[in-house]
Amino acid sequence: MTMETPKYLLEADDDARKSPVRLVVVQGERRPAVDAADEAQVMTWPHLMLREAIALVALSLALSLLAIFFDAPLEEIANAQKTPNPAKAPWYFLGLQELLHYYPPLVSGVILPGLVVVALIVIPYFNINLKREAFWQENIKRKLVYFWASILALSVIFLFSSAHPVWPILIPLWVIAGLMMVPAVSPTRTGWRGWLGDRSLAFWVFLWFLLASTALTVIGTFFRGPGWQYTIPWIDGVY
Amino acid sequence: MLRILTNPQSLIDALTQNRVFRSIVRRGLSDTNRNRSLAIFSNFFLHIHPVKVNVSAIRFTRTFYLGGLSAATLFILIVTGVFLMFYYHPSVPRAYDDMKDLQYVVYMGPFLRNLHRWGAHAMVALVLLHMVRVFFAGAYRPPREFNWVIGVVLLLLTILLSYTGYLLPWDQLAFWGVTVGTNMADAVPLMGEQIKFLLLGGTKVNENALLRFYVLHCVLLPLALILMLCVHIWRVRKDGGIYLGDEEKPETEERP
Repeated sequence: MTMETPKYLLEADDDARKSPVRLVVVQGERRPAVDAADEAQVMTWPHLMLREAIALVALSLALSLLAIFFDAPLEEIANAQKTPNPAKAPWYFLGLQELLHYYPPLVSGVILPGLVVVALIVIPYFNINLKREAFWQENIKRKLVYFWASILALSVIFLFSSAHPVWPILIPLWVIAGLMMVPAVSPTRTGWRGWLGDRSLAFWVFLWFLLASTALTVIGTFFRGPGWQYTIPWIDGVY
Repeated sequence: MLRILTNPQSLIDALTQNRVFRSIVRRGLSDTNRNRSLAIFSNFFLHIHPVKVNVSAIRFTRTFYLGGLSAATLFILIVTGVFLMFYYHPSVPRAYDDMKDLQYVVYMGPFLRNLHRWGAHAMVALVLLHMVRVFFAGAYRPPREFNWVIGVVLLLLTILLSYTGYLLPWDQLAFWGVTVGTNMADAVPLMGEQIKFLLLGGTKVNENALLRFYVLHCVLLPLALILMLCVHIWRVRKDGGIYLGDEEKPETEERP
């Protein structure tokens, strides 16, 4: 009767230096930063720790002062029968609520925020982004055609897809289109025009998203009142 | 005694050069680079930092310390949040009565609630600003792609935490703010109604919704956030600290 070699072998042994078998793991490209450091370094203690302590104290102080001098809002008890006008969500949702004014809930509450989250997630996997090449570096003629076709298409979408043109999205779009055209019209490597010319497409798309969402949030927070009509905050107050 | 009063160094020595203190903090006030290294290296809380850092990495204007400040705000929110939980019952109308108690009965109650409220707004703002800063620095590039995705998840968790907390005072602001938001769930195709039902424990914002938001706000979402935050910070460390720009080449094509 012969013993079959077991398929699974428990690597137990008296000699800790031999068992389990050790391998050297060499990770090629993901080396710790120390390998590549040709820059001046300082000791974490005390230099970084001190800065962290100062930042933490400054933050605590700022929040404490806010908490001492400004009271958190508290209205009367919740009442499902009594709808306030306007009924506003917290500020970070007011951009979306402002969009509700332009589009049905499916578009403004599900599709657009969904697209934004997906866009944020794919940013690092998006090929154009990884190289971060300056947009106008090569193929300028072909890019100009695509560029204006895209701007035109986006403008048409946000001008006519809703009952009103979506100005908080359109105006940032046009501002960015204008800024992007500067290095195409007058290419130079220096100064602010050179800086604009060095920006990647991803930079511009993100800036557009940033300006548009800021505009929508500011309008929703400060410039909307009863019936979601426009109000002037310094005359009518903030609702 | 007089020696301690006239010489502060001897006071420090007396406090730090004894067995009990040294059993807690293994290294004293660190005077040599060896001890400074060990102060970081052998400390459970500080070992998220490397022993040495690049000078440019700790400059305020590079990061504005936005990530660290977000984490610090989270810490303030957890501390104030735990105190608030001692005074809060997630039921109708007790929740609102507890708000009134915090306002008029509990010692330092208004300060506690205000700090939690403004801290929550600050955290949402800081996390958003942190993301914007990271984007414009290009720090999402390989090998940090997935850490950016974790960051997006952390942003969503932060907003959800703030939003679930928004209902808890059970005042008009809370009720209608949450009603407006959850009505949007209705618009989700095919399963909008089910999502809303799951979220509210019913078809409209009522006692069940308050209890669900309370559990989400105090247990599930903070745990998820802390877990993801640990992974986030751990990955920053493994990728060699904060992103310092183009000099460390990403070398994407070599990765399998």
